[in-house]
Amino acid sequence: MRDIVAAVNDPELPSITIAELGILRDVRMDGETVVVSITPTYSGCPAMGVIAEDIAAALRAHSYESRIETVLSPAWTTDWMSESAKQKLREEGVAPPGDAICPQCSSDDIRIVSEFGSVACQALHACVSCGEPFPYFKTLR
Amino acid sequence: MTFDLETDTRLAYVLRLADDLLINSQRLAEFVTNAPELEEELAIANVSLDNLGVAHALYGYASELGGGEESADDLAFLRDEREFTNCLLVEQPHRDFADVMVRQLFFDAWHLVLWPELESSSDERIAAIAAKAAKEARYHFRHSSSWVIRLGDGTAESRRRAQRAVDGLWRFAGELLMSDRVDADAAAAGVGVVPERLADSWHREVRAILQEATLVVPVDPFVAAGGRQGRHTEHLGHLLAEMQYMQRAYPGMVW
Repeated sequence: MRDIVAAVNDPELPSITIAELGILRDVRMDGETVVVSITPTYSGCPAMGVIAEDIAAALRAHSYESRIETVLSPAWTTDWMSESAKQKLREEGVAPPGDAICPQCSSDDIRIVSEFGSVACQALHACVSCGEPFPYFKTLR
Repeated sequence: MTFDLETDTRLAYVLRLADDLLINSQRLAEFVTNAPELEEELAIANVSLDNLGVAHALYGYASELGGGEESADDLAFLRDEREFTNCLLVEQPHRDFADVMVRQLFFDAWHLVLWPELESSSDERIAAIAAKAAKEARYHFRHSSSWVIRLGDGTAESRRRAQRAVDGLWRFAGELLMSDRVDADAAAAGVGVVPERLADSWHREVRAILQEATLVVPVDPFVAAGGRQGRHTEHLGHLLAEMQYMQRAYPGMVW
């Protein structure tokens, strides 16, 4: 059952599962109902609603009733992101947290373009060596 | 509103935290599409969304404290001007980008010093929300302070506008650092913190940035206050008229 929930993808990072991202906190049974706890990356993360719907849909496909709870404490940190998630980000041209190198050419000569990127959890950087702009997953601790 | 804020200071305390964030979020959202560069559009929208996210969590808690009769959405969209207890600073309108960034600097500095204190609130919900918000506040503060420095220590025109913004908004910042009975009661219960205790830290953070920005700190000690008691400047009503339009025109509408 946990496997069903763990396999749900993040809608804004479709190659990564919510388990790899570290936002899936708990899966347990309450009678006949599966109770899933998730935590937001950022307070205003607009993907939380979609993630909750996707979890409910995945469980429903296996005939489980579910209830999704959002927990804030302890607060999410990028340390909870798995190595496999970081590798997938690199392959997609996104620098994972702590990876201060260009995902295209691996140069460490990078500059920040904006601390705020296309989604709440990423900042916009550019590589000075190859000139490619790239999103950098913000390190949050 | 059916809440009795006179008797329930915990609820009143949560609501003022939430109201500050919601109204500031709306003001920031108003400026999206007017920023000086594309990256800044994203930044303003991001900060606005973070504020809204924390406000949403707080309104959800306020709704529970109030017995669930009014939902988080009801609190945001169906209360009238006099029922909002946000500080006057966040409702002040902006003429230009300098107004937005100076208002944001004063507000971010407040959260920079407030949230770490509230992380040790005896109220677990407030502590959890504060722990999350504290991380974001550091990020927001870095953003607004870098712009204020760039504007103040920039061209003659950007400096003139940044100074005009500081001169115009300074009188509203003091309200953040003033306590009333709700703050005192919340602090006595271990739930909240007395704002005056954070005044030194706030001044240290803000004055350091203004100094680096070569901007002059106003000396007029006058503080405009009243927002915490629901006595607002004329600007809040206009903001609410726009923000609450959908729920007023189509009650109960959902996406």
